[in-house]
Amino acid sequence: MASDSTSPLRAGGVGKTGITRLMPFSTGLHALLLKLGLSSRNCVILVPYIWLTLFFLVPFFIVLKISFAYMTIAQPPFTHFSETGHLSLNISDSYGRLISDRLYIDSYLNAIKMAAISTVLCLLLGYPMAYGMARAKPSTRNILLMLVILPFWTSFLIRVYAWIGLLKNNGVINNILMAVGVINEPLHMMNTNFAVYLGILYSYLPFMILPLYANLEKMDLSLLEAAADLGCKPLKAFFVITVRLSLPGIVAGAMLVFIPAVGEYVIPELLGGPSTQMIGRTLYNEFFSNRDWPTASAVAIAILILLVVPLAIFQRYQDKQMEAAE
Amino acid sequence: MHRQSWFILLLLTLGFVFLYAPIVSLVIFSFNSSKLVTVWGGFSTKWYGALVQDQQILDAAMFSLRIAAISATLATILGVMAGYVLVRFHKFRGRATFSGMVTAPLVMPEVITGISLLLLFISMEQLIGWPQGRGLTTIIIAHTTFTMSYSAVVMRSRFLTLDISLEEAAMDLGAKPSKVFFVITLPIVAPAVISSWLLCFTISLDDLVITSFTNGPGTTTLPQVIFSKVRLGLDPKVNALATIIISIVAVGVIISSFYMRHKERQRQRDEQMAIRAASQMA
Repeated sequence: MASDSTSPLRAGGVGKTGITRLMPFSTGLHALLLKLGLSSRNCVILVPYIWLTLFFLVPFFIVLKISFAYMTIAQPPFTHFSETGHLSLNISDSYGRLISDRLYIDSYLNAIKMAAISTVLCLLLGYPMAYGMARAKPSTRNILLMLVILPFWTSFLIRVYAWIGLLKNNGVINNILMAVGVINEPLHMMNTNFAVYLGILYSYLPFMILPLYANLEKMDLSLLEAAADLGCKPLKAFFVITVRLSLPGIVAGAMLVFIPAVGEYVIPELLGGPSTQMIGRTLYNEFFSNRDWPTASAVAIAILILLVVPLAIFQRYQDKQMEAAE
Repeated sequence: MHRQSWFILLLLTLGFVFLYAPIVSLVIFSFNSSKLVTVWGGFSTKWYGALVQDQQILDAAMFSLRIAAISATLATILGVMAGYVLVRFHKFRGRATFSGMVTAPLVMPEVITGISLLLLFISMEQLIGWPQGRGLTTIIIAHTTFTMSYSAVVMRSRFLTLDISLEEAAMDLGAKPSKVFFVITLPIVAPAVISSWLLCFTISLDDLVITSFTNGPGTTTLPQVIFSKVRLGLDPKVNALATIIISIVAVGVIISSFYMRHKERQRQRDEQMAIRAASQMA
């Protein structure tokens, strides 16, 4: 067997002449890189590593630095350490404003509240959907999965826009309800907190369903049969076994919804009213309308501090998932 | 059990109605002749005509497509590397930081990513004089950075399920690791690379917040134009544009999912044939 089976594999190296022609160049380059202590393995690690360090990690430290600067009327609108000649840590200015001005605290707390409630809403609707999908026939399952993923591929902005047409005073929902005769006056839904909840639920629902589905699909159903054999009622078995076992999926889905929802800008801006203050919107306006970059930076740092724990939970879930797959 | 499944079926149906009703309504009213977007005034395709003549939208669309194509390519190259590193290289200094940096951009609120990248670009310009101002280059860097996480996650799960024995066989026959990667590994994972590119492309095409921070005054992307129109109220041209985008995406996703399934079946058949052939030879 050995002599027979090696020949087709050898035939795989047909392009040998081309490779040998490139040999002097590639070995030269390789030797140079090796001299610098860079094997090809290290290069593969270093390229994305350096990219992410430079464009993802380092920027946070710059935000931290600028949050301690003074606001000036200049371009860019903040002072530099180099200009004053000494490191003037300016804690009272931007951070003081965060604490003293009700706007920041209110929008900060409001964002946490609205993101948390939206996460619960996503779970309440997403769990039964993921459950139903995971228990469907395998052929139906793939179609349903595609239907959940499909909206994710279409524009987020457009999907939020679609709700304006539905929720407006002379929008589709009000028109239908009034035509049927359920209501006489249009319901005021647009530019309310209700609209924002609906928008977040709608936009983030797939993020809740997908990890839940992945978890529920893998579940060992014989556990439920065993519980039934032992006299456990289906509803009790559902909460004691199914929900318990799907806890990692619930946590992952909750983090995927909660973390980005806290900093949401587009949904409160388009669907919410002027009183719907969420911290992401406050940051955006602080930056673009008031051009107060140090305060905007301080707001960003405050959001990051809030998100440290959820981010760590999310990261731990990712690592666990990797281990499980290996 | 029966009552429970009835309840689940009801919620499943309601859930999908909820997911698709806004999209369906958007598409229907793009064919509305009335300028009042939500009041039906008869069938018409005039908004599509108006869309094609709107130079501002066309320019912005071209600009966005250019950004999306370049940043999706860069992000996929980096994402393939990052995904490979996460699956195959278990021990190197700073691995935990690396895996954190790869996955955190997935959930990081966009306002934070946006402000931090803008402040980085400004600091870099002051320090080394590059990038000069903001526009194409800075948007591409920003989009590459946050979409490469999506690519890395897609590639990571593909590399996790990849059978390592083929690569080991090539290695045993004396192929260099880099050659093994380009001749064996990459062709096998090519479908995942393509879907990762498409994912990065659509995410980049859609981004508003990070773009607003990293774009300069001279140029506008398509989401920026849509956003400025939407802020002023409903616009039938936006409905028409949305319908075009949704159609392209739907057709693309459906075709690619059938193609993937076809490929998967073909691969399984090939593997079974190979196993059968090998057992016959033995």
